[in-house]
Amino acid sequence: MNTNSNTYTVIYATVLVVVVAAVLAFVSYTLAPTQEANRQNEVRTQLLASVGIKDVTDAKKAYDKYFTDSFLVNSKGETVEGDAFAVAMSLKEQNDKIRVGLTAEATLPVFICTFDNGSKAQVFAAYGAGLWGPIWGYISVDASDMSTIKGAVFDHKGETPGLGAEIAQPWFTNNFIGKKLFEGEQFTSVKVVKGGAAPDDIHGVDAITGGTITSRSLENTLSNWLTIYLPYIKIQKSRLAVLCACEDDENCESCESCECCDNCQTEKSEEVK
Amino acid sequence: MDKEIYRKPLFLTNPVTVLVLGICSALAVTVQMKGACIMGLSVMIVTGFSSLFASLLRNGIPNRIRIIVQLVIVALFVILIDQFLKAYMYDLSKSLSVYVGLIITNCIIMGRIEAFALGNKPWPSFVDGIANGFGYAMILIVVSFFRELLGSGTLFGINVIPQSWYESGYMNNGLMILPPMALILIGIIVWVQRSIQKDLQEK
Repeated sequence: MNTNSNTYTVIYATVLVVVVAAVLAFVSYTLAPTQEANRQNEVRTQLLASVGIKDVTDAKKAYDKYFTDSFLVNSKGETVEGDAFAVAMSLKEQNDKIRVGLTAEATLPVFICTFDNGSKAQVFAAYGAGLWGPIWGYISVDASDMSTIKGAVFDHKGETPGLGAEIAQPWFTNNFIGKKLFEGEQFTSVKVVKGGAAPDDIHGVDAITGGTITSRSLENTLSNWLTIYLPYIKIQKSRLAVLCACEDDENCESCESCECCDNCQTEKSEEVK
Repeated sequence: MDKEIYRKPLFLTNPVTVLVLGICSALAVTVQMKGACIMGLSVMIVTGFSSLFASLLRNGIPNRIRIIVQLVIVALFVILIDQFLKAYMYDLSKSLSVYVGLIITNCIIMGRIEAFALGNKPWPSFVDGIANGFGYAMILIVVSFFRELLGSGTLFGINVIPQSWYESGYMNNGLMILPPMALILIGIIVWVQRSIQKDLQEK
């Protein structure tokens, strides 16, 4: 047989490609559920890490246990319909809207974590451009003041190992714990300070030596996304103010359900009885 | 079968140090030993099986689209490995990132198919592929051993430098983590090999 003829070459190429495509399609189809589960577990692990729950063996179980609620918010602070977890799986889509100025159309995920002791944290996402590729992460805020950061976790596609890639390391993310998003009523976000943040700076963390661009990108990414979350955060904060009107224990009649004051809680429950 | 087929690629014609092929990935994935081992293993499987299949098909491959056919075979195995890593070794596939996909462009594989598999029977071709992949893996493991040990103070992710050293002022060498140091390490290995194997030296 003449293996150099045109007909043979075309038929050979066609058959080869179809066979290879069939094999790949089959493998891809069979492995897709496992791969998807891996990606979901990665997001779950990161969400858990952002509220300080680390080294979990079964991410799904722990996620279902601690994350009691999740929803989407828009740039006006309204809750919108949708699956927050699915959005968290593809933060890029939301970032594409934000990048071209369509912030009104962006719907960002919020996760509510309830700890064993009953206290709550709200987790916000962020996604933006690093030095070589995208960087993203989750930042959790204490639900009792909507300002104190409970924890943060960041990840990246391809930042320089040992330099920018350090944003994913615990020594860096631990710096965020205890920092505040608000100065009084003024939103400040978190600054990543080159040369090191002052020890008493409650709005700044140390930047990474040699990772200046990644550090700065991270600061911008956080600030961009938190600004869109801001209306929602402010609504939450104002609600806290109402809830805590009874702080001096004397306004108990005026507030409907005061979650922050034990005295008030007891009085209310006694009234019910 | 000629024993030279699997002996030579390990040292005398090592694909990395003598043929200087596959350098790009050797620089990129040798930060940690675990990654280097998986990468080495992946390349071994790809070289072995694509040589095998290319050799099985060698009498039917139309000469004019020879290279394209080789590419399709290599790409098939690379994508299969990439998919398996994503499904069963997710963390590793993340740290190897694009380099698994880039095995396709590893010149060792196409080089061995073109130079050996197309002219030899399937079994020797398979052995030749595996041996060349192993020659590559060997260099990767040696380089990653030094890079991980000196750069991060760990081996396979386990701390081996005692804490007391750090306390007395020892520091990990950050340069080891960056690609230039891999190039220098490979250069040193080439140097050592050339001083043993005199016939490689240019006059």
